[in-house]
Amino acid sequence: MRWRAGETDSRTDTTFLLFSGCVYGNECDVVASKCEQSSVLLKELRSSMMSEGSSFMKGLILGGIFCLVMSFFETFNSGTHSEGHEHLHHHLKPVSKDELQKLSESQMSDWTLQVRVYCLIMVTPKLLVHWATANDTWSKHCDKSVFYTSESSKALEAIDLQEQDEWARLRKAIKHAYENAGDLRWFFVARPTTYAIIENLKYLVLDKDPSQPFYIGHTEKSGELDYVEYDSGIVLSYEAMRRLIEIFKDEDRCPERGHALWKTPEEKQLATCLKYTGVFAENGEDAQGKGLFNKKSVSSLISDSMGQNPADVVEACCSDMAITFGGMSPSQIQVLMYGVYRLRPYGHDFHDSLTFLPPNDSDND
Amino acid sequence: FYSLHAENVHTTHSIHTAEILNSNILIVKNRRAALDLSQKVRVLCWVMTQPQHLKSRTQHIRATWGKRCNIVLYMSSEASDFPTVGLNVLEGRSQLYWKTIRAFQHIHMHHLDDADWFLKADDDTFVVLENLRYGLSKHNAEEPLYFGRRFTPFVAQGYMSGGAGYVLSKEALRRFVKGFADGLCTHNTEIEDIGLGKCMETMKVQLGDSRDVLGRQTFHPYPPNNYLPRQLPRPRPWYLLYEHYHPVEGPGCCSDLAISFHYIDAVQMHTLEYYTYHLRPFGYKYRFNPGERSENRNNS
Repeated sequence: MRWRAGETDSRTDTTFLLFSGCVYGNECDVVASKCEQSSVLLKELRSSMMSEGSSFMKGLILGGIFCLVMSFFETFNSGTHSEGHEHLHHHLKPVSKDELQKLSESQMSDWTLQVRVYCLIMVTPKLLVHWATANDTWSKHCDKSVFYTSESSKALEAIDLQEQDEWARLRKAIKHAYENAGDLRWFFVARPTTYAIIENLKYLVLDKDPSQPFYIGHTEKSGELDYVEYDSGIVLSYEAMRRLIEIFKDEDRCPERGHALWKTPEEKQLATCLKYTGVFAENGEDAQGKGLFNKKSVSSLISDSMGQNPADVVEACCSDMAITFGGMSPSQIQVLMYGVYRLRPYGHDFHDSLTFLPPNDSDND
Repeated sequence: FYSLHAENVHTTHSIHTAEILNSNILIVKNRRAALDLSQKVRVLCWVMTQPQHLKSRTQHIRATWGKRCNIVLYMSSEASDFPTVGLNVLEGRSQLYWKTIRAFQHIHMHHLDDADWFLKADDDTFVVLENLRYGLSKHNAEEPLYFGRRFTPFVAQGYMSGGAGYVLSKEALRRFVKGFADGLCTHNTEIEDIGLGKCMETMKVQLGDSRDVLGRQTFHPYPPNNYLPRQLPRPRPWYLLYEHYHPVEGPGCCSDLAISFHYIDAVQMHTLEYYTYHLRPFGYKYRFNPGERSENRNNS
């Protein structure tokens, strides 16, 4: 929850609303503890509120100001938390090449079977062109890909969840995917505006056990909550899905439709529900620590790198094993498809220990 | 360019045996050794540039593909510490054929024995040298040959697009320079690719076919997004009007082992570098594997 400085003015209604939101909201642990002091102040004021209405108002305003100021600083400070505070597996990297080479053949074949992915792609009718692009490109590299839509629409081939609310829709999709997973153990949730390289997703989770809870992507922090950014794709293991399905039944901790006066984005609601089940967000990165999940386009990232690292643009920019990019037009995605799966220099062979075959039904990869 | 007899080029093979475990997974036991062509197929690249472009364009070539040439020369109207070679011509579109003539004369005088093939590129062309060497490897640089993106009009036998880059064999370079020395070729146009094409025809240099074994183009006079996106069947767009070979739109336009793209700005230059040399799908078995000995016998 983002508090804006300057919210505390003579509009006592707003202040009171913000204050009450703080007490009832999902992720206000820190703010609540800071507000305790001001709420104590308020209790004392309430008990003597009868005396003068104006001093009650003053108390209320003061308490609200104190609460807001403390939470404002808390939001700023959380960005500079020391490493010791973070969860043990906050940074998740692929298995090293050395480790891969030590594997026996039967282990490799076990892993290649285990690492298959169910893609949940969340569309809406206005994203028809993006649906078509994802359908024609990267989604074919999922072992199973299912498009879920908010409402049916001509030409859009997707499962109609008949649900306008984004969080409720995501819950329905997750339930459907879990029930229809078959023997697939990894799940990837994305909008069709994201482009994903599924082989690199498999590489990241190759040595991770899906019967353990994993929740991976590009992580962001909101107060005390670490969440995976939706725009760059969300990876969930089978166990994480199972725990989610369980906590969905808990209307208090993980409500389907929130009671807050404003809507929390579904990426944060997801993180909160998972947190209650003991599952924490992990940032997917390569051996050098470069993020694998991007919400920006390739050219945007390259352009940034040209400004920041002019001597070493490509090296400093993006991982060789990147998994997602975002914000790319359909024609840019078709070029990216060629760039990922086809364009290469003759003679540069990578001796990867595993092999993934191209899908049966495509001609652009 | 690429022929079905590509195995002749490779001196070592190891046979890879594969076990297919389920419909989607293949594990490869041994892998074919990559052949280093850079000593066998030496390429001298010269980049047509100008002082005003060094910072905005040419430096990005120097930072990306320029270093993959056996020799790279940045040709400009003026010498500089970039380093550029000064050609003693004026700048401007009208001078392009003069620059080309002077550039090849300079190369002939100073570098004839340093390379087997001589590539001309613009300062907004992206080139994949490994794929150029692979395509040239089956050809003899002592024959009068020239490769690039073949255009039809203006010259009877056709000519190669300047922007997409074209490459002359050593013999073709000799004949070009001799043509001007003997007065058989003259500065008869400002348009450098047409002018050079005409001289090649006069000097009986043969146009090569640079398409891959599947008929897909390797040299491209426009960026990839002009060719790759799928299109409904339609009459030829303006940028495909000069094509000698029947153009294909959509994924079949372009070889996996593409050699060049043109009208590439600075951001695109690094983006193509990233796509070609860095970004890749882990473990992916490419569909197109020219030169790989195909498994005719059943492995199981």
